[in-house]
Amino acid sequence: MSVRTLTINGQPVSATEEQTILDVAREHGIDIPTLCHFDGLSEHAGCRLCLVEIAGSPKLHAACVTPAAEGIEVTTHSDRVTAYRRQIVELLLAERNHVCSVCVANRNCELQDLAVAMNLHHVRYEPQDPQLALDASHPRFIMDPNRCVLCTRCVRVCDEIEGAHTWDVMARGRRAMIVSDLNQPWGESPSCTGCGKCVRVCPTGALFEKGATTTVRDPDFLTYLKTAREQKLWIR
Amino acid sequence: MTAPDAHREPTTTLAPTAGPTTAGRPADNRFKILDATIKRHRRQPDALLEVLHTAQELFGYLDRETLTYVGRALRVPPSRVYGVATFYNFFSLKPKGAHSCVVCLGTACYVKGADRILAAVQQAYHVPPHGTTPDGQLSLATARCIGACGLAPAAVFDGDIAGRMTPAAAVARIAPWMPHDQ
Repeated sequence: MSVRTLTINGQPVSATEEQTILDVAREHGIDIPTLCHFDGLSEHAGCRLCLVEIAGSPKLHAACVTPAAEGIEVTTHSDRVTAYRRQIVELLLAERNHVCSVCVANRNCELQDLAVAMNLHHVRYEPQDPQLALDASHPRFIMDPNRCVLCTRCVRVCDEIEGAHTWDVMARGRRAMIVSDLNQPWGESPSCTGCGKCVRVCPTGALFEKGATTTVRDPDFLTYLKTAREQKLWIR
Repeated sequence: MTAPDAHREPTTTLAPTAGPTTAGRPADNRFKILDATIKRHRRQPDALLEVLHTAQELFGYLDRETLTYVGRALRVPPSRVYGVATFYNFFSLKPKGAHSCVVCLGTACYVKGADRILAAVQQAYHVPPHGTTPDGQLSLATARCIGACGLAPAAVFDGDIAGRMTPAAAVARIAPWMPHDQ
């Protein structure tokens, strides 16, 4: 296992072969914002919030899927990427309905946190507010697609950790939606085990427990589950 | 066939009678053709697109039973089959009409008034875009560009490209397909 040396924001750091720029940055306390990334899941690289600049490359690179290569010089907070990140959050907020005051995830929402961290008090774009139907057919959980940012965390956790693959993404573009099985009501899904992992990884208020007045955030639970499964270490 | 992956055969056979359901379908050999395609790809999950393509051409649309059937045969979860089937415009989840009219809305056609052609057809036959008339005679669709910009505005009637269309000509072209009381 060879060691790679690179610089992030001028700071020299070392990385192992399999580490990404995001891994190394987090290890050194450098905060790169993310939304679709979740510790313990494969990378989707869909939210584009972790875009960083690499010296000598004209394009931006998603830190979550870019290997920490030897000798690269990474900039995580240039004016260019900061402006893009802000725009991404604005577009996400405008795409569906993200009125925090009436959302179950209020104060527990990763999208809201991103907006607050960026001091985003105004969205330049017309809100689309597509008025999508809420699915409350499951006995324990509710799915509100109006709050969904299509990060696909639920899709990945259901496939990779639970193994049921109840969720997937249908259609594309603005018509894209998270669907269970053959786009049937969640409560009638024959593949769903009701384990609730999707609810726990949802960054917004799109998936939540029935009767709950707030959502729970548990960013380490998959790491715990994987350590327990693979190394037989039940440590939290 | 003594395929090396014989131990991974689904418990249900691929014969139509043992499939999820064939109720309401004419007893024909279309499932046999679908099975042949599935077997030709050795039930590899990455043949999903290929198999859905065959199913779409065989049945004209993909219903829930067909999607379930393909998913089980290829060992692909239903939600992924559904995701792929809804991602591509080629696939249709509802039966299509006996005849089809595709109006090109690409840039060249749009500039030449394709929107008026679309509106005229919609109005004359009471059909929504990407929909079918209640009597199942006509399906109306739009395309971003059919690659016939030199013929703009263009439309495709039952697979035949017609160039330099006018709203009246498009309506007239469809008229023989429709019952006369319309």
